[in-house]
Formats: sequence, structure tokens, C-alpha cells
Amino acid sequence: MWIDLVIKFALAGIVLFAVLNLAGIQTWVERKQSAVMQDRVGANRAYFTLPWWWAAPINWLLRKIGGLGLLHPLADVIKLLTKEDFVPASGSRLLHWLAPWISVFFALVAFAAIPFGDSLHLFGRTIELQVAHLDAALLYVLALASIGIYGVILAGLASGNNLATLGGLRAASQMFAYEIALGVSLIGVILWYGTLDLQEIIRRQGDLLGGWLPAWGVCVQPLGCVIFMTAALAETKRIPFDLPEGEPEIIGYFVEYSGMKFGLFFLTDFVETVLVAALTTVLFFGGWQIPWLAPGAFSPNVMALLGVGAFTLKVCVFLWLFMAIRWTLPRFRYDQLMRLGWKILFPLSLANIGATGVLRVLVR
Amino acid sequence: MATLSDQLLHRIREAHRRRTLSWWERIYLPAIAQGLWVTSVHFWRNLFLHLAHRVGLFRRIPAAVTVQYPDEQRPTAPRLRTRHRLMQREDGTPRCVGCMLCETVCPAKCIYIVPGEHPDPSVEKYARSFDLDLGKCVYCGYCVEVCPEDAIRMDTQRHDIAAFSRDGMWLDIIELLHPGSRKHTDPPKKFIQLELEDFRRLKQSG
Repeated sequence: MWIDLVIKFALAGIVLFAVLNLAGIQTWVERKQSAVMQDRVGANRAYFTLPWWWAAPINWLLRKIGGLGLLHPLADVIKLLTKEDFVPASGSRLLHWLAPWISVFFALVAFAAIPFGDSLHLFGRTIELQVAHLDAALLYVLALASIGIYGVILAGLASGNNLATLGGLRAASQMFAYEIALGVSLIGVILWYGTLDLQEIIRRQGDLLGGWLPAWGVCVQPLGCVIFMTAALAETKRIPFDLPEGEPEIIGYFVEYSGMKFGLFFLTDFVETVLVAALTTVLFFGGWQIPWLAPGAFSPNVMALLGVGAFTLKVCVFLWLFMAIRWTLPRFRYDQLMRLGWKILFPLSLANIGATGVLRVLVR
Repeated sequence: MATLSDQLLHRIREAHRRRTLSWWERIYLPAIAQGLWVTSVHFWRNLFLHLAHRVGLFRRIPAAVTVQYPDEQRPTAPRLRTRHRLMQREDGTPRCVGCMLCETVCPAKCIYIVPGEHPDPSVEKYARSFDLDLGKCVYCGYCVEVCPEDAIRMDTQRHDIAAFSRDGMWLDIIELLHPGSRKHTDPPKKFIQLELEDFRRLKQSG
């Protein structure tokens, strides 16, 4: 009983630690990757040294890390924490405070259902490498991702600023347009694998189609994969779908936010990016499966740990890809956004369901 | 043969005509892939070069166009008008003969000269003090052009005149004769008047 609780807490701690670190490191990746893409050098100035003589090796290391720009996230956090936390007089104090927490909370809680590895067998007990083993994990993740939008709308409404309200409304209409395509595109996956359990979906992606092609979602549901990734990128509210934010030109929902509350919105964006990368990996790229590795090649525990590594690697690859997309494409115009969501992605995802259904019957 | 205005008109009309996108362009995805290809090629090329530079390979091929300014400085063209300096005679005394032409011609009125009598009758005068306020200077170069003795030049290749105060941008005669001799934390010796002996001693002390 108690040991189960401890195991669950440990798993939750590991997931939270990994996700927050991935989100934090993304501020560095964002700066550095964009710089390297654009033939620049990027952030490389923030560093500090310790004043004592025996700290010389540490200082050497700090200078090296600072030269890579890895201390900039730390400087950012210090800056955000020491900034004035301003609430506009016409805004609602409670909701203004609540909105960023709602955003970040639901983005983080969604990770509970993401399986990041096969089950471990330690001391006679089986540990599922998933914080909460839910039968309807997919529904749970989608539901929580949708609830996150409340934080954004609340932020727009509670700011007492017309521009922020408009930003919140844009966010709502965008989420509405893409949430549907997102959900409907996944019905194809559910049809194919016949389950809502994410762990089970991953297990069923371990087969090889025709002896050589891994039965990953991307191979059996290529159209669904493209629609899902597009809609999921829209969920993260980053360029090219950053209509709700648009800091410099079209003022976004967090215009009245400063300090760490603004930082939380920023963190939410990065956490959601990690979530989308993890979901894409789980649903379409085999999760923790390593293709072409025979199931019994190593002992089950080693296989599970290798799987965790494979999962992390895949997530990192998608984080890179999403970052590359974010620094390549310009922002969609509002009418283009709506057209893409309602007139292209939604009908395509419906067609995908039909095609998948027919194919499923034929293959059976 | 179409005239130039015809050509221009044609080009303007061409620019106004909205091109209809082909089906291939309208489905977005190939264009997105193209864009990603361009940025990714830059990314991997630069990343490889950055890593290679770390281990000392391909140093000749730059990985970024950035010049890390205070650490590395781009060589400037020799004709660029940069911070002023006063020319010295062989014994370290200023070549300036205190004719006041530069102070007169200066449009920003940033030069202040106090002339003194020179023992050599063929020289007649020398600059006891020569002050230049870079906070006012417009870098027009008239002082260099007007000088009959080639005593002032703008060729130090220094353009780092940023300072914490207006005084920090003040060049006294010592700094003008020996560019870079004053630390940026030290205050300038405004309107300091020096004898010929002082100039010689300054040169000897380096």
C-alpha cells in the first residue's frame, strides 16, 4: 500500500522533473537554435563566478557554460521573479492571479497519462512507467489540453484591457477550430489500434508490417499524423499559430502580465510543446518502441530502460522539429487560420476516418 | 524599343497582378517542407562548423556572421574618420603651432586651444593645452583638412568613445598625444597646460 504510493510519487516526480527541465532548456534551445539557423551566435554572455580562490575549477566550468548561453535561463528566472507583479486596476485580482496557474497546471497534469516506457520488473513487483494507468488515457490528455484554454481566456478577460480580451477571444476561436480537427484526426488511430489506452496503443505499434515496416501510427495513418501535428502545433499557440499571443503587433492575452505570472504563461507554451511532442511520439512514432530490435534481445528491464531512452530521444527530435517550424514559418492571418482549420483540416480528418474504416475492414 | 517609363509601368502592372497559386502551392505542405529544408541546411551546416571550431578544424570558414564586438573588432578602412590624435615632433612636443585654424573652423566648436610661445623663432608658438570634447564632435574632419602642419589626424581606428559621463568623452592634450594612455575610469585633465619640458618627459616615460 505505502510502497505503491511511494512508487507513484517517485514516478510523478521523475515526469515533472523531466518535463520542467525540457521546458526550461527550451528557452535556451529557442535562442540558440534560431541563432544557428540564422547564421548568428546567440546568447552567450550570462555567467557568474564565485569569489573564493578554491572555486577556480567551478568558475572555469561556469565560464564555459556561460559561453554556451546555458546560464541565460537562470538569469531569466531571476529577472522574472524580481520584476514587479502588476495587476491593472480595472482587472479582476483573483482571476488575474488564477489564469496562469490554470494554464500551467492543466498542461503539466496531462503528462500523468503519458507512458514513457515499458513496465519494469523490480523486487517481484511490476512498475508501469506511466504515472496514471488510465483505460481512457487518450481522452484524458485531450480533455486536459482543452481545459488549458480556460487559463488563456480568463487571462484575456481578467486583465480589464480590451486588447487582451480580443487576444483571449482569438485564442478561444483558434482552439475551437483546431480542437475539433485534433480530436477527429485521432479517431483514425483509435479505429486502427482499437483502444484508448496509450500504453496499449504503443504496444500494438511494436509489430512490423510486411516484415520490415514498423507498425507506427505514421505508417498506417500518414494523413492523420499530418493533421494531428498541425492541429497540435496550433494548440501550443506558438508561431505560425501565435495569433492569441502576437506580442509585438497584434496584442495578445498576456499584455497585462508581468513578472513570474508572465513567465508561467511562457512556461505553459513550452510545456505544451513538450506535451505535443510526447503525444506525437506516443500516437504516431511508436512511443518507447525501438524498431527492428527483437523483443527478447536484452532482459526485460534493460529493454524498458532502453525504451525510456528511445522515448526521450524521439521527444527531443520532435522538439527540434517544432522549434525549426517555429523559426521557419511566418504567422497565419486570421482568415487563413480559420480557413485551414475549418475548411481543410476538419474535412480531411473526416475523410481520414472514412478511409481508415474501409481499410480496416479490408485488412481484416 | 520600349522606353524606360514603359518598362517601369509594365513592371508595376506585373507586380499588381495577383498570381493564382497552383494546386501544388495551395496545399502548403511542399512549401513548408522547402522552408524547413532551407533553415535546416543552415542549422546543420552551422552546427557542424561551430563544433569543428571547438576542436580547431575549419577555422577559416565562419559559422556565423556575427562579430563579437568588444572581443573581436572588424578592421576598419584606413580612410575612416576615427578618434583624433595630435602628432608629435621627434622630442615628443606637439607638432601643433597653435594657429587656431581648427578651433575656428570646427562647426561643433569642440576644440579648445591655449597657445604658448615657443623658444624656436621659426616655430613661434606651440599648444600649451589642446582639448577636444568628443561629446560635441561631429567627426566632420575639417580640423584635419584645415591644419597647415599636419598636426591633427583622425586615424587612430578607435571608435569606442562610450563613457559613463560627459567628462569621459573629454580628450585632454596628454590623451590626444598618447592615444589610449588614460584609463576610462580616470577623469580627464581638463584644460591642463603643459610646458615643452613636460611633453618631453611624457614621451620618455612612455
